[in-house]
Amino acid sequence: MVDVPYDAIADIPPAEVAEVELYHPKSWWTQYVFSQDAKFIAIQYSLTASAIGLVALVLSWLMRLQLGFPGTFSFIDANQYLQFITMHGMIMVIYLLTALFLGGFGNYLIPLMVGARDMVFPYVNMLSYWVYLLAVVVLASTFFVPGGPTGAGWTLYPPQAILSGTPGQDWGIILMLVSLILFIIGFTMGGLNYVVTVLQARTRGMTLMRMPLTVWGIFTATVMALLAFPALFVASVMMLFDRLLGTSFFMPALVEMGQQMKYGGGSPILFQHLFWFFGHPEVYIVALPAFGIVSDLISTHARKNIFGYRMMVWAIVGIGALSFVVWAHHMYVSGMHPQFGFFFATTTLIIAIPTAIKVYNWVLTLWRGDIHLTVPMLFALGFIITFVNGGLTGLFLGNVVVDVPLSDTMFVVAHFHMVMGVAPIMVVLGAIYHWYPKVTGRMLHDGLGKFHFWVTFLGAYLIFFPMHYLGLLGIPRRYHDIGEVAFIPPSAHTLNAFITVAALTVGFAQMVFLFNLVWSLFKGKLSGGNPWRATTLEWQTPHTPPEHGNWGKELPVVYRWAYDYSVPGAEQDFIPQNQPRAVRAVHGAGP
Amino acid sequence: MSAIILFMAVIAVIVGWWLSQQRLTAKPWLEEDPIGDFPGTGAMTLPAAKIGLGVFLAVVSSLFALFISAYSMRMNMVDWRALPVPKLLWFNTGVLVLSSVALQWAHVAARRNDVDGVIVGLCAGGASAVTFLVGQLLAWQQLSVAGYFLASNPANSFFYLITAAHGLHLMGGLVALGRTTANVWRGAAMTQVRLSVELCAIYWHFLLLVWLVLLGLLTGWTDDFVDICRQLLN
Repeated sequence: MVDVPYDAIADIPPAEVAEVELYHPKSWWTQYVFSQDAKFIAIQYSLTASAIGLVALVLSWLMRLQLGFPGTFSFIDANQYLQFITMHGMIMVIYLLTALFLGGFGNYLIPLMVGARDMVFPYVNMLSYWVYLLAVVVLASTFFVPGGPTGAGWTLYPPQAILSGTPGQDWGIILMLVSLILFIIGFTMGGLNYVVTVLQARTRGMTLMRMPLTVWGIFTATVMALLAFPALFVASVMMLFDRLLGTSFFMPALVEMGQQMKYGGGSPILFQHLFWFFGHPEVYIVALPAFGIVSDLISTHARKNIFGYRMMVWAIVGIGALSFVVWAHHMYVSGMHPQFGFFFATTTLIIAIPTAIKVYNWVLTLWRGDIHLTVPMLFALGFIITFVNGGLTGLFLGNVVVDVPLSDTMFVVAHFHMVMGVAPIMVVLGAIYHWYPKVTGRMLHDGLGKFHFWVTFLGAYLIFFPMHYLGLLGIPRRYHDIGEVAFIPPSAHTLNAFITVAALTVGFAQMVFLFNLVWSLFKGKLSGGNPWRATTLEWQTPHTPPEHGNWGKELPVVYRWAYDYSVPGAEQDFIPQNQPRAVRAVHGAGP
Repeated sequence: MSAIILFMAVIAVIVGWWLSQQRLTAKPWLEEDPIGDFPGTGAMTLPAAKIGLGVFLAVVSSLFALFISAYSMRMNMVDWRALPVPKLLWFNTGVLVLSSVALQWAHVAARRNDVDGVIVGLCAGGASAVTFLVGQLLAWQQLSVAGYFLASNPANSFFYLITAAHGLHLMGGLVALGRTTANVWRGAAMTQVRLSVELCAIYWHFLLLVWLVLLGLLTGWTDDFVDICRQLLN
């Protein structure tokens, strides 16, 4: 080990990584509307996803009002209720979470974190956003077409999805399928970018095993999404054929209103296979970026290197692979062969192993860390707790014998809201508090942030914990009004009203968050380039917010992994990835 | 779902092989590079566009594997009546092979800086691809004249759906091919278009391969294979 003198930094040769030919905007339109800069596209993605996500949030309030106080709100009838649950689910899972994690965080963070100037195919990246926007517009337009949006449930199971008894049979279902097809086309364009950028545009010294876990999570999730979304594409196209052209891919012979329909012989189960072949990986497409981001938040705010980095990477890859062989655990009640059920229950439970490794590693990262209870850290801790809770009920539901009685009850609703609703949203919010200073140059207001966290976190538990109990009582999901039934005690109705009040309160806290976002943009405390004293490359840009091309004249050079926090003997409690050893040798008070 | 499982297994092998080359057992917390000495990033020497195309082909393969999965599940139902495959498909297949050969020709010519050869190859490839598409439309017409309509049987539905999906991918390829041809025509330097020509050729070979698999499926040649796969999973 030879200590290199400090002034050797001046001799660092320019980066040998091939320069991306940057597109420089020539007009106002290409700079602020049809921008090809990944950072700008990320903000476009995030704002669009948040806007449509707000619609889904309002829909959930309407649903809760109906469930908590049935009969009080005359403007919510049974059909509308079904339309609300369908749109709420579809928007939250696909148009909000998938788009935000991959299109939003992926676009912003991948080039910055791997030390690239931009995505490798900026034009395709721009197209990706505009096709996504078109998908969102088509989806939103279903609220205004005759018959309104589809009420088929977010799983869109045939045959009911395209029968006249289901609301939105005229236009709603058609536009929903068209919107999904557009979304998948748009996502594929973006996904190619994320994958190839990680593969080919990493800066010098950035080996795969030096990448922050955020990039690992987003990268693996993108690969999965690229392979899984075609299943939804195929299912959507085939159902569109059934609805519009009278084919019978999924539609069995049916009598509707006394009339024999033209369909015959199709298999609704075929749709379920295709849908869940996409649907289960989708859970991890949302979860893996969350896993990655939360690892970085915990390490940064606990001032400690991530525990078991290698194991974390292997676990991400392992979960990604396993998630393709568990899809039929969503279909235990479809009449499948018992041996199939056994197979899928086994694979489902095996996924718990890499997932548990990740949870242990997060906890062990916190162990004896210098924990700063900043707002991002609070959300990260909230995520771990919520994810463990939601994951444990997943173990119940993964077992066929437990799942069968609980299927289609509120227990399932509570489970998946905990594990893939609240948990990833905690990460999204934590990540926004964490990276907002880089995007805008200003800090979010801390007090409002803490208020936001505590109301959201505690409120989410007040909503979803009691919901498990309702499910155990046997209260079914998707019911507009459960009415007076012998097996449901009056206390269940009181509990439903309580959940509604909690849901509205949590909703109010999100308005405070929105206010904070806008207020801090103008009045927030100036953050400087690296307010969290973090090691990863995005905090080392010459400008904050980073300019077009990210890095000024030369690309950064990476000398170390992403988690050098509290290194013994180092001058500061963090060493940025682009800091060579020489600096520490001279400035550090090494032993 | 056997076809897609098989496909995923192939992808898993490729990804596993690639990962095994990536020093995933490295201990990055022990590594610290002195100035001027870096490990390779492990990035491939291939151009980004080529890798992008490779990833895209994996996505398209996944799409067709899923179509094939759906096909093999649906054909088991009682109402399935296979439709007679129009003779025209054999002619179309021949034309698509020619198209692929022409683009390979263009690719070889591009490597030898033979501009005329490239233009001839690209134009011949494009023309025969268009001929293929017209031939497919004629095959559709023959079927519907003979009474095999889209909705009259699931076998028909799948035939139209799968050939349409394949045709649309070829049309997308024609857009790229058209742009490349225009570039060569306008006299762009051979070094600049060489990659585009190569990517077009790769895409064409891929679509030819997909078509041969689909043809085997639609003509029933692969029924035995599909049966074996199904039994394996049952």
